[in-house]
Amino acid sequence: MGVEDDIQNAGTPNPWAPVQYFSNTQTPRAPRGIERPEGFGIVLTQMNKVLDWSRSNSLWPATFGLACCAIEMMSASASRWDISRFGAEVFRASPRQADLMIVAGRLSVKMAPVLRRIYDQMPEPKWVLSMGACASCGGVFNNYAIVQGVDKVVPVDVYVPGCPPTPDMLLYGINLLQEKIRKHVPNPPDPLKVSGQTYLGSEN
Amino acid sequence: MAMEMLKGLGTTLKEFGKKPTTVSYPEEKRELPPRFRGRHVLHRYENGLERCIGCFLCAGACPADAIYIEAEENSDDNHISPGERYARIYDVNLLRCIFCGYCEQACPTGAITLENIYELASTHPEDLVYHKEQLLEPVGSATRGSLEAWAAPAPAETTTPLPGRQGFFDGLPATAASVGQADLPTETEILVPGSETINTSNPSDRADARTVEAAEAGDLRDAGDAGDADDAGEMVDGQEER
Repeated sequence: MGVEDDIQNAGTPNPWAPVQYFSNTQTPRAPRGIERPEGFGIVLTQMNKVLDWSRSNSLWPATFGLACCAIEMMSASASRWDISRFGAEVFRASPRQADLMIVAGRLSVKMAPVLRRIYDQMPEPKWVLSMGACASCGGVFNNYAIVQGVDKVVPVDVYVPGCPPTPDMLLYGINLLQEKIRKHVPNPPDPLKVSGQTYLGSEN
Repeated sequence: MAMEMLKGLGTTLKEFGKKPTTVSYPEEKRELPPRFRGRHVLHRYENGLERCIGCFLCAGACPADAIYIEAEENSDDNHISPGERYARIYDVNLLRCIFCGYCEQACPTGAITLENIYELASTHPEDLVYHKEQLLEPVGSATRGSLEAWAAPAPAETTTPLPGRQGFFDGLPATAASVGQADLPTETEILVPGSETINTSNPSDRADARTVEAAEAGDLRDAGDAGDADDAGEMVDGQEER
């Protein structure tokens, strides 16, 4: 009988209906032990090896510095640690030109759709590295404003602990990701697709 | 134009013979400071008993709730630690951990320290929950870990007094980090025994007061307490007059 009932009866969608941008369900984990199938192919298998090798040695990261971890990420690209030794020095502001997203810092609930959109705009193949305690699982910020791990929004390939991780720790994570790419380990399952939730502006 | 080009090339030539600053990480590792805080290590006594007595102080001190312990009583046939209890389960979630070292400070037996192990990344987050078997040092070794580095006096650059009027706060050497205040002028005037009243608006006086000796600081603290008592007495007097 109230105004709300009238609006519902008129079929007007509530513009303030809560939209969930991240998965609340158990985050899907990557299965273990999946590597490149040992086929007997000569041309395509060898070509895939060359492709994976070249992809692993030209990881262009998208700039996604969210907090203090970004300082260490910048430090890793500076002269002392020099991330360009692994072909990853070209931090791209456009996600269309990036292969790797280094999520450096705590992800707030408001920032989650932005992260997801940038991930969707990156061309395949793409990888995500979660840098630091906050990006990996929320860290000390166990509260309503911080997404408890970016693996609830995007599939994360490598987790790097630390608060913030030193550049050595980040480089170790990037080396691990390179190994993973060379072994042709697939990306972990997409948390949003697995949980069946959608986000604003998505077609799926 | 040509001169500028030569100048730029000169810079290149100047740096030509120098050693590169780059640490080529996977092959060559940098020298870590002795107080570096990396992964946790649980220690043992010389006789092989575990130092951890399952007191939960580290789990209570942890700001990120990264430590999970289940303690169990020692028995005669299962004697793990010298105390009444031992930690049957000791899990550290390194993804939650912020490597602050509070667990190390809280530990009464020096059982847990943060060592310079930093190669910790993983593709599966559950691999980064380290269990007791992974954290405990092997049987036969009894080290103290980074406790020795923390017991040694701090490097001089970390104990420089704050740029205030006195180098001591509550009788302890004051640093900008420990006190959290810089050269802020205050309204109260502090009386240093054997010297004049410090004018806080005069920078030179502040510079003088920076070099207060340790003994004087003790006196200063006593004087401060006495001054407070006098103030209280005056207040009482004032109330009586009213």
